[in-house]
Amino acid sequence: MRLYAICVYLFLYIPIGVIALFSFNAGRHASQLQGFSTKWYGKALSNPFVMDALETSLIVAFCSALCASVFGTMAAVALQGIRGPVRAAFDMLIYVAVMIPGIVIGIATLIGLVTVFDQLNPLIAAIWPNGFEPPKLRMGIGSLIAAHTMFLMALVVIIVRARLAGMDRALTEASSDLYATPMGTFRQVTLPMIFPAILAGFLLSFTFSFDDFIIAFFVAGSETTLPIYVFSSIRRGVTPEINAIGTMVMGVSLFLLISAQLLLQRGGKKSR
Amino acid sequence: MTQRTRTWLLLAPAGTWFLVMLIIPLTVVFIFSFGERAPSGGVVLAFSFEQYANLPARWAAFKNTMTLAPIGTLSALLIAYPLAYFLAVKANPKWKTILLVLVIVPFWTSILIRSYAWIFLLGGRGIPALLEWVGIEGLRLINTPFAVLIGIIYGYLPLMVFPIYVSLDKLDKRLLEASSDLGAKPWKTFLQITLPLSIPGIATGCMLVFILLMGEYLIPALLGGGKVFFVGNALVDLFLQSRNWAYGSAVAVTLVVVMLITVTIYMRLISRLGASREDVSIM
Repeated sequence: MRLYAICVYLFLYIPIGVIALFSFNAGRHASQLQGFSTKWYGKALSNPFVMDALETSLIVAFCSALCASVFGTMAAVALQGIRGPVRAAFDMLIYVAVMIPGIVIGIATLIGLVTVFDQLNPLIAAIWPNGFEPPKLRMGIGSLIAAHTMFLMALVVIIVRARLAGMDRALTEASSDLYATPMGTFRQVTLPMIFPAILAGFLLSFTFSFDDFIIAFFVAGSETTLPIYVFSSIRRGVTPEINAIGTMVMGVSLFLLISAQLLLQRGGKKSR
Repeated sequence: MTQRTRTWLLLAPAGTWFLVMLIIPLTVVFIFSFGERAPSGGVVLAFSFEQYANLPARWAAFKNTMTLAPIGTLSALLIAYPLAYFLAVKANPKWKTILLVLVIVPFWTSILIRSYAWIFLLGGRGIPALLEWVGIEGLRLINTPFAVLIGIIYGYLPLMVFPIYVSLDKLDKRLLEASSDLGAKPWKTFLQITLPLSIPGIATGCMLVFILLMGEYLIPALLGGGKVFFVGNALVDLFLQSRNWAYGSAVAVTLVVVMLITVTIYMRLISRLGASREDVSIM
């Protein structure tokens, strides 16, 4: 039984390990083990296309994770206090956002936004003062952030709600019995208790957005995110440079994910 | 500010966002699926079922998805169950949490890079080169259904382990002791107590994996080499290469409908098995 478990863990981690191992290999191919070298990292980090894609990915991940955490938390707090059709509608929306395959979300966002933009662009051009270049709405970083925020918001609502549900109601009741304003109760009682969950939601959202390929593939317009760059270079062939990028991406995600896990577990224990 | 206004203000950003980025786009896809292809590449609105009548042209993609998704789900289940059992029943409680985290964490990391790792391993200079060295020659692994299956199991195993673990962990261990005290053989205890009580976890795990597999694009694209393609690959082709939005929308709507029907039937079957439906969160 234990042997079996070890085998499964090896199966899970060997492929990642092999990528990391060969990213430090001086030779070009797996068959050419030529000793330790960090040259592929240097090469990846000095490649302007990689750096551009990385910058786009970081901006998108940060903005969408931030929007999702703020709006998701707001929604989760509001939903905690209500029943009835509004709550049912939101439950439905969250369910749909999580259940619909990413590829369908990507497609829908692409054709939905392009259709709306095609209607709006002539309108904007018509009302824009003469002599100035009217702005043109198109797919790009903005649409990417908006699309990511949508499905990450659903994720944050789920995480924060789980935390709110585990919270002792007597605390907020006591606070309002002692004449705290609703805002005061939120700041001094609720927020400190759900903060680990919000932070975990932010970290998870950041990782998801950073790693997302399929939605970005449809929605990014002419922008390139890091996963899109990696995908198109894999199509051209396996290079040690991708090993280096992959190792860095995995390293950073592992760090963020384990932090999120620890936050959720510590937060969970404190309330019990 | 009344309680009511506050609730509305708090819900407004999320609500608007869901409306603009989810409801409207999905509605557009639905409407376009009844439209016709415009000569310029866009869609002429209509009410025709022409696109749906054309679906058999992409039959192979649906067939591949509907065979490899269940096979992948089942294989993942068979590999995941013993591990979940080990973690929940046999593992040292001190190490349990860390072992569990180690299973789940890969799932949240980039599926792109994890699939790429298998291109590296299964490609000509990876495992086949090693096998050649021990005398097995001419074995082709990459760009086969087998490679896609490996990618699927590798990608979704963690998602299967977790719900099964949760249901096994909740199981009252005294039941197992009682069973063996009453003289039941270990396999009989497993079949009559452990397995039936873990059905909710199995059901959740299978459903999660199956749903994600139905919309899969990356694994077949990277490991199937254009020979093993899913509905997802057909969709990318229709929207990004041939730009046939009307037909693509019909394929997308069909995918979602097939998914909903399968999940509904599956839920019915499970609840008939006597297991209560149960929501297990992933984290």
